[in-house]
Amino acid sequence: MNYEKTDNSMTLVGRDLECIRDDRVLFSGLDFVLGSGQTLLLEGRNGSGKTSLLRILCGIRLPESGAVTWGGEDIFSLGPVYHEHIAYVGHRDGLKLDLTPMENLAMARGLGNPNPDTSPGDALHRVDLLGFEDIPTRNLSAGQQRRLALARLLVTRSQVWILDEPFTSLDVHGIELAEELFHEHVSMGGMLAMTSHHAVNLGNARVHKINLSV
Amino acid sequence: MNSASSSTAFMLLLRRDLILAFRRRSELLNPLLFFVLVTAMFPLGIGADPVLLKAIAQGVIWVAALLASLLSLDAMFRSDFEDGSLEQYLLSAHPVSILVLAKVLAHWLVTGLPLLIIAPLLGVLLDLPVDSIKVLMLTLALGTPVLSLIGSIGVALTVGLRRGGMILSLLVLPLYVPVLIFAANAVETAAAGLPITAHLSMLSGLLVLALSLSPLATAASLRVSLS
Repeated sequence: MNYEKTDNSMTLVGRDLECIRDDRVLFSGLDFVLGSGQTLLLEGRNGSGKTSLLRILCGIRLPESGAVTWGGEDIFSLGPVYHEHIAYVGHRDGLKLDLTPMENLAMARGLGNPNPDTSPGDALHRVDLLGFEDIPTRNLSAGQQRRLALARLLVTRSQVWILDEPFTSLDVHGIELAEELFHEHVSMGGMLAMTSHHAVNLGNARVHKINLSV
Repeated sequence: MNSASSSTAFMLLLRRDLILAFRRRSELLNPLLFFVLVTAMFPLGIGADPVLLKAIAQGVIWVAALLASLLSLDAMFRSDFEDGSLEQYLLSAHPVSILVLAKVLAHWLVTGLPLLIIAPLLGVLLDLPVDSIKVLMLTLALGTPVLSLIGSIGVALTVGLRRGGMILSLLVLPLYVPVLIFAANAVETAAAGLPITAHLSMLSGLLVLALSLSPLATAASLRVSLS
């Protein structure tokens, strides 16, 4: 994996973000800067706005006030140009259960900016799903489906990974595997924005924590 | 992203949706069965008088096609919404309207095209003359893609609602009316021996308009539904 097309000086910046849901202010005046090789770890109770903040970072949801910028430009005006640089794994895996893992990854690759160094087969190997290429995704266990969703991150060349509870339904081995992928991504200049109920071990990576409950 | 890779994404999504439709074949048959059954009920309901049947045939077939199309609309984005694929389209490196166009085309190939193929048979059933059947096919070929395209806007707006079916019909049916009027009238006019160029131009115009504008509207509606 390399980022020859992306500039390591790019930063993802949130300024004065406010999010209101059902007339409740979830957070306001939130600022952050996420640079190359850094991790943003969102903490907070259930319903404190972690998922909403991640969706704002993706550009799916509009903040009530404030703006998210990529390289100094608003992500909403950038549109697909920004989306070329991000990969998102949300609560729902975004997988088609009637397709095989290979078909799912081929689609994910086509939708994003394809990573020439990692084929769908390589990605399956990385998440320890070799031998499951051609069976319907429906027949995989919940943890295996989650690993397949994480494999989506590898087939596109995205500098920013935005992950909502990536460890859900993973076993100890799966969590180790995911942490390894995250660590590798960050150590090669990638960025990571994630929420997690588990303690995350990312080695010596630079981690900013934002607690939305306070 | 350049346009070459966007067209690759278009083909990839089109192919994927056709594969998915093929793996869920039983759902495919629903609109077609509805179309055939509704049309076949009319001679039973109003009697087998050939003159009467011939007079109402084009209207019956078109209304049945329209309702069959409406029935199948909800499936266009429903499963994508539920499994999170829709988020991935919105976060794609390609313009969402291109992906939407691929989805609508796949939907039409799977639900609209079979109606077009079976329609001549129903025309014979209702005693339509061969010339009228040809015109009917032509209007269906021009009209059913418009139904899918307009419908996609309605589906995109209602996909986030739990019970969107009723609202979808209310949103989409008024927009279907021009297509119905021009298409059904074309068959009638042709049967009377008059030229139908005006009707076909009107339908083609509607198709071009829907083809160019509805993907943009659908993409914007999907953003609203997911935010």
